Amino acid sequence: MIEVKNLTKIYGHNTEAALEMLKKGASNQEIKDKTKQVVGVRNASFTVENGETFVIMGLSGSGKSTLLRCINRLIKASAGQIIIDGVDVLSMSPKELEELRKRKMSMVFQRFALLPHRNILDNVAYGLEVQGVKKEARQAKAREVIQMVGLSGWEESYPENLSGGMQQRVGIARALATDPDILLMDEPFSALDPLIRQDMQEELINIQEKLQKTIIFITHDLDEALKIGDHIALMKDGEIVQIGSPEDILLSPASDYVARFVENVNRSLALTAASVMIRPRYVVHPKDGPRTALNFMEKHGLSTLFVLDRFGKLRGYISAEDASELASRGIKDLADIIQDDMPTANPETPLADLLDVMAYTKVPIAVIDEEGRLQGTLVRGSVIAGLAGGRGESING
Amino acid sequence: MDRIPRIPLAEWTDTFIVYLQNNFGSSTQAFADGLEGFIKGLQGILIEAPAELIIIVLVLLAWRLAGKKVAVFTMLGLFFIYNLGLWAVTMETIAMVISAVLLCMLIGIPLGILGAKSQTAHRIIMPILDFMQTLPAFVYLLPAIPFFGLGVVPGVITTIIFAMPPVIRLTDLGLKQVPEELIELGKSFGSTFWQMLVKIELPLARSTMLAGINQCIMLSLSMVVIASMIGAKGLGGIVWRAIQTLNMGAGFEAGVAIVIIAIILDRITQNLGSSKKGKESI
Repeated sequence: MIEVKNLTKIYGHNTEAALEMLKKGASNQEIKDKTKQVVGVRNASFTVENGETFVIMGLSGSGKSTLLRCINRLIKASAGQIIIDGVDVLSMSPKELEELRKRKMSMVFQRFALLPHRNILDNVAYGLEVQGVKKEARQAKAREVIQMVGLSGWEESYPENLSGGMQQRVGIARALATDPDILLMDEPFSALDPLIRQDMQEELINIQEKLQKTIIFITHDLDEALKIGDHIALMKDGEIVQIGSPEDILLSPASDYVARFVENVNRSLALTAASVMIRPRYVVHPKDGPRTALNFMEKHGLSTLFVLDRFGKLRGYISAEDASELASRGIKDLADIIQDDMPTANPETPLADLLDVMAYTKVPIAVIDEEGRLQGTLVRGSVIAGLAGGRGESING
Repeated sequence: MDRIPRIPLAEWTDTFIVYLQNNFGSSTQAFADGLEGFIKGLQGILIEAPAELIIIVLVLLAWRLAGKKVAVFTMLGLFFIYNLGLWAVTMETIAMVISAVLLCMLIGIPLGILGAKSQTAHRIIMPILDFMQTLPAFVYLLPAIPFFGLGVVPGVITTIIFAMPPVIRLTDLGLKQVPEELIELGKSFGSTFWQMLVKIELPLARSTMLAGINQCIMLSLSMVVIASMIGAKGLGGIVWRAIQTLNMGAGFEAGVAIVIIAIILDRITQNLGSSKKGKESI
């Protein structure tokens, strides 16, 4: 677990005065005018749980790269704490710091940072070489991770002969070779073509599913952040303006700044069925009988109705025609007309996967949990509203 | 202006040199003896070895590092020098150049590293280098005599003073040009100071450093010739005698030999930086 508490970085020689002003709430500009010191990061606090991907997002100059570099102390923070497994990185001795960087965390760079004079195998083995691992052992491990990132056969090649995407695979392999708990990724895919970037994002998600590393990932691309982040911190002018899950950021932006940021994003990637579904307020039970069902439908203008059993489990749905026919025949039990060919989704299904279904189905999509209980329903209106930036619930409410 | 008494810079210099001589004379003598043994030994080997063998080695070296044309030129040039009867003196000169360049690297590369790593060291070293490079060579040929006597040792030492600056400067420059991201890479994996230097910085500074060594070789060659004035012999000795006796023919022959050696050394060492990488990447 990584806990960052009130982390502040001020660039310049006389940081004392600037820190004092910052504590009193002076703006970055005021501090710069008065003390000539530049604020890089302001009072950043966040917690990254083991095995999660934490994305720090912001435009260039927002302090995100500085913040990342404070975590492995490539840049020494001016104030605050970075606690990794109970130890404050800022109070570590140079030896302890070296040890931390060797064993516990490794970094992936925006421009790959491969050593041009080494072949791929030796580039990947660099971290192990620094640890003092014997040649055979480190090369065997390097081959293993090279295979994991899909670069088998390229071991003897030199970086200049690889495409950008391949070079970054080497960068990721190198970072994984030392088996660190923590990966620090500084805009790793920003320098790649859009299509390659998407492949790499998928690849990272796959690798992460297998390895469960704790990842801190920097990006300026909100789509990327929403796609791979478990939590996202949005930065502006050195300050974290919002921390939350991708949905929190999209659905309840904390400020106008965040709202403007999320305006142009492809929401279908980030929104899940759960975030746009409508609570299942109008349902019937088999014993309710066709009259009650028809009443319901008429009152609320519905053409179909979901049927639940006593435990809230979804049995299926009935249509208005079938119900009225049943009523005219005087049968009380709905069981005969229940159909169960409705499309279903679970709450975590991304909206992107449901758009197709949505386009063809006549019945609302039923969102059910693992036990088969109905959690909500998806109708076109709420999905479109979700995509457009409104909230699913507001349609009904 | 005339009221101000003349600053006795010359007297101070004399006093200083006498002081150095009295206090450090014995240790400089020990160093000089060691150096002389090395140079004489190297000269002995080069002169005694069959000329054919040395020609073959140099031609192969030229071929591998600089290509066919340079190899052909090396063969013809060395044969021409042999034919003129200048082989032994040429080997004397080459031995002095090799000794001087080795010492320049031995001292210059660590100083260059120091300059790149410490801003203070950089500020101290650079003006001294300017001073070494611009002070006329003849001026420090003289003080070398009281310390090291006449002969090959003061010649090589003045050569070192003259030829070392590019090694220091370009080592310093090469190390400073290593991309910031690669420095961060080294640090982020917990590399120690020496690991950074040996595994990342020096390999990346290599081609710049080799350019410095190439310059060092050329400067050494030119200075070794001038150092014949204080008895360093070699090709320069022949030129110097030719000047004194107005023997233009002999002077021209030795001059041409120097040019041939200069071209061979330059072409071979110029390509040191680029050749290796080209081969590996194929």
